[in-house]
Formats: sequence, structure tokens, C-alpha cells
Amino acid sequence: MADRLLELGNVTAGYGPTHVLRDLSLSVAPGERLAVIGRNGAGKTTLLNTIMGLTRLHGGHLRFGGRSLDRMAPHRRNGLGLGLVPQTRDIFPSLTVEENLLSCLRGDATLEEAYALFPRLKERRRNGGMQLSGGEQQMLSIARTLMTRPEVLLLDEPLEGLAPVICEQLMAVFEELAKDGTRAVVLVEQHAEAALAFATRAILMANGTIVHEGPAGDLIADKTLLHRHVGVGIDP
Amino acid sequence: MTGRLLSIFLILAAGAAAYLLFPYNLAFLTRILIMIVLVLSLDLILGLAGIATLGQAAMYGAGAYAAGLFAIHVWADPVAGLLAGAVAGALLAAVSGAVLMRTQGLTLIMLTIAVAQICAEIANRARGVTGGADGLRGIRPGKVLGLWEFDFIGITGYWYAFAVMLLVFLALAIIARSPFGLSLRGIHESPERMVAIGVSVYRRRLAAYTMGGAIAGIAGALSAQITQLVSLESFSFTLSAEALIMLILGGTGRLYGAILGTVIFMAVHHVAAANDPFNWLFVIGALVLVVVFFLPRGLVALPVSLKRLAKGGRHAGT
Repeated sequence: MADRLLELGNVTAGYGPTHVLRDLSLSVAPGERLAVIGRNGAGKTTLLNTIMGLTRLHGGHLRFGGRSLDRMAPHRRNGLGLGLVPQTRDIFPSLTVEENLLSCLRGDATLEEAYALFPRLKERRRNGGMQLSGGEQQMLSIARTLMTRPEVLLLDEPLEGLAPVICEQLMAVFEELAKDGTRAVVLVEQHAEAALAFATRAILMANGTIVHEGPAGDLIADKTLLHRHVGVGIDP
Repeated sequence: MTGRLLSIFLILAAGAAAYLLFPYNLAFLTRILIMIVLVLSLDLILGLAGIATLGQAAMYGAGAYAAGLFAIHVWADPVAGLLAGAVAGALLAAVSGAVLMRTQGLTLIMLTIAVAQICAEIANRARGVTGGADGLRGIRPGKVLGLWEFDFIGITGYWYAFAVMLLVFLALAIIARSPFGLSLRGIHESPERMVAIGVSVYRRRLAAYTMGGAIAGIAGALSAQITQLVSLESFSFTLSAEALIMLILGGTGRLYGAILGTVIFMAVHHVAAANDPFNWLFVIGALVLVVVFFLPRGLVALPVSLKRLAKGGRHAGT
């Protein structure tokens, strides 16, 4: 069990009656760095939403730490140790940075931890959520999820729309979060090279299924495969 | 902390000024204070948690009848009566909220109205207990804290209602800044996100609805003790709707808006109805239209809007 913290077996899921994920099986080990890459519409976000219980599970099973997630409410999955940073960031615009963090403070988590990881947030702690730049919003979204002490951190396209310098800063933070090996990080990203450089293992998705799975280093070397399934930005 | 002390000082000063300036209108001022407590309860539910309701009178009425019956049959102590009102309001909110909080939007609004109407009908039918359409009479509250007797002029009633209103305001100010209060605002803005960060939206909404019910019950209990009468009007749709208009006028989610909106609505109502008993609603309607169009965040946002306007004017001029 120790090598399979999160396990998905033959999962079929989607929104309402629509099936987006089809017969997908996947496992995540404790402390693992997993990159999930693929084109738009491949099912990457749906995969994370399914893990969090935000979609309809049509078939298959999900387990976390040996417990079935199949009928578990999303908020209880978070309490168990799953933390999602959504693509939409979902900052609460009327709350200040500090209030955004306080709204989900859990157990022994402190604001100082968040500020140590993102000093910029401390500088802007009195600013409203709507006054933040895209990069700052992403930092806040990540920090807010970390306040809930996740064992598996699910990052949904955290670099989307951000300046290269901010992307570098965030990737450094992801390295920091993953380096002690106690927290698994699942990084969904269209910036395939950045994601593969970070991850130890990678899956390539297309049409709601996994079309390739293996060490991240192998995949980054296989430009033809990457070009076929990711396309733009990858030279074959 | 300084801001909170300043707001307490301002409210105290306003209370003292109203008492000194309108010594012959204490009954009316007391009605405003009771209404502020009810509108504050609505601000917790609607302003913070985003729960749309048009049935807050249900908890107000439950609190009023509970406090009245408690004073008649159990104990005349006013503070104990307030607690009885709070418990009745909270119980009704918790029981009805267990179902209501699973719904949203129009369904929720219609169900909240239905709960208040059912309560009114029960009170009407249970004539032997509630007095039915004649209302519950014979409420004789004892001395406040064993010291101050309710007097004919209404001095005790005014300061008693003022103290309760201030305590409710302070309690809500603390709740609004707590992680619980912030999570309610988070639920208001993005319930899906709150779920994903481990918050049971249903439970938080139910907790907020129950707290709001307790506060509305306190408002009802205050009314029963001070007017010494509880009528079926306590459950009326008009009361719920007026409370909502007062909150929208003042501004939702900021507590001060509940105070400001209630004072302005009731003052305008009082003056306009005295001058033209048949058309006073036009004045209220015009006021609501102006606020909704030009100050969608309520009258409490007026200083900020004026400041922006002044800045814009300067920029335009330079």
C-alpha cells in the first residue's frame, strides 16, 4: 500500500451524462512528482476534478491511503489529504490576501508558513483579492490550498497565462514543496518541458485516456511522441 | 481594534444623541433598534453567507411568541426571555434549514416564505396558546437585570434594546472577522472552491442560518417584551421583505449597512407616512431605485463613491 497513496482503477467519469475520462487507471506514490500533459480537451482537468469528487463517476474506483473515495464528498477528500489548486484560481475577490488564507486555515497551519513560501503575499496581505496580479493570485491560490495540509497536491495548469519570470518562481516553489519527499505533487501543465523537467514520472493524455506513461526523462527525449500529443511548442 | 473601538463609540454617541434629540419618540426609536437586530441577522445570512431568504420573519415571530409565552408561564426575567427567543429562533432555523440549505435560488426563496406562512398559520390555529388573531397578551416582563423596570415613557425599553443591539453588532463583527465568517464570505463568492479546500458548504450554511435564526429570535423577543404584545404580523411576509429592503438600502455584508439602511428606511417611512399616509410607498420606492441604480453596494458605500467622483472630477479638470 505504501507505494500507492492514490489509486484510480478503470475510472470512467465526466460531467452529467457525458463521459470525459474513459477506463483510466493511475496510481500516485507518496512523495512522487507526476506530470500530466496533453492537449486542450484531453481530460487533464477532468482527471483532477474526478480525484477531488467534482465530477460524476460513471465507473471504476478511486482509493486514497487505502480508503475508497467513490462516494466520499469533495470536502472530506480534502480533509483526508487531497488538495487541488484549480486552473481558475478562484480567489475570493472581496477578501484581502490574509482573509483568503484565514478562510481555510486548518489545524496547526499558520499564515507565516504561507508568507515564508511566498514573501510577495506578505507584502500584499492587506490588498483585496481582485487587486492582485495573475501571478500573485496563483501564489495565493497555491498558498490557500497548502493551508489545508495536503499529502497530494494537485496543480491544474498553474503556469497558464503567467510571465516567464513568474513561471520560474513558481517552479522553484514546486521544487521546494516536493523536495522532502513527504508530499506528492501532480502537475497538470501544457508547458510540457517545464513540467517534465520537474517530474520524475509523466503521463500523456489524449481523448480521456492515458496514451503514454513512463519516466519524465524518457518522454522529454521522445520529441516525436510529444509533438504528436502536445503539438505547439515542441519541435519533433 | 482601533476601528472597532471607534465604531462602538460612534454607535454609542448616535444612541445618546437620538435619546437626547427625540425624547418624545422613544417608542419609535426603540422600534428602529429592534428592527436593526432583525436586519443584522439577515446580514449574517444574506450578506455574509449569501443565503437568499424572504422568510426571516419566521424566526422573528418564533422568538417573539417564545419570549412572550416564557414571560407569561415560566419566568418574567427579560434576559432569560431573550435567551428563550434566541433558542426558539435557532431551533426553527436549524430544523427548517436542514432542508432549506440543500436548495438554492428561487426554490430557496419560495421555501423560506412558505416556512414563515406555515408558522403564521400554526400560531393562528393554536388560539388557546398564542391568542390567535387577537395576539398574545398579558406579557409583563420583570425588571431588566433586576434593576430597571419597563416604564411608560420607554426609557428602559430604549436603553435595553440599544444594549442588546450593540451586543449583537459586536458579536457579529467578531464572527465576520473569524475564520468561520471568512469562510462564509468564501462560500458566498465561490462555493465550489470552498468545497475543494475542505469546507462542508451545507454545514456552514446551516450553522450561519441557525445563528441568524437565533439573532432574529432575539429581535422578536425584544419586540414582545417591549410592546408586551405578539401578533400574527410577527410572521408576515411584509416584515421579511422590509428587512431585506433595509439591508439592500444600507449595503449587504458590512453590518454598518444594516444599521444605516434600517435607520434611513424607518425614518423616511415615518416622515413620509405622516405627511402622506396613502402615497408614502412612492418615496420608499424612489429611494430604493436611486440606491440600486447609483449605489449598488448600498448607502454605506456612499463616502467611497463620492471620493471616487471627486478624484475623477480632479483628473478630468487637470
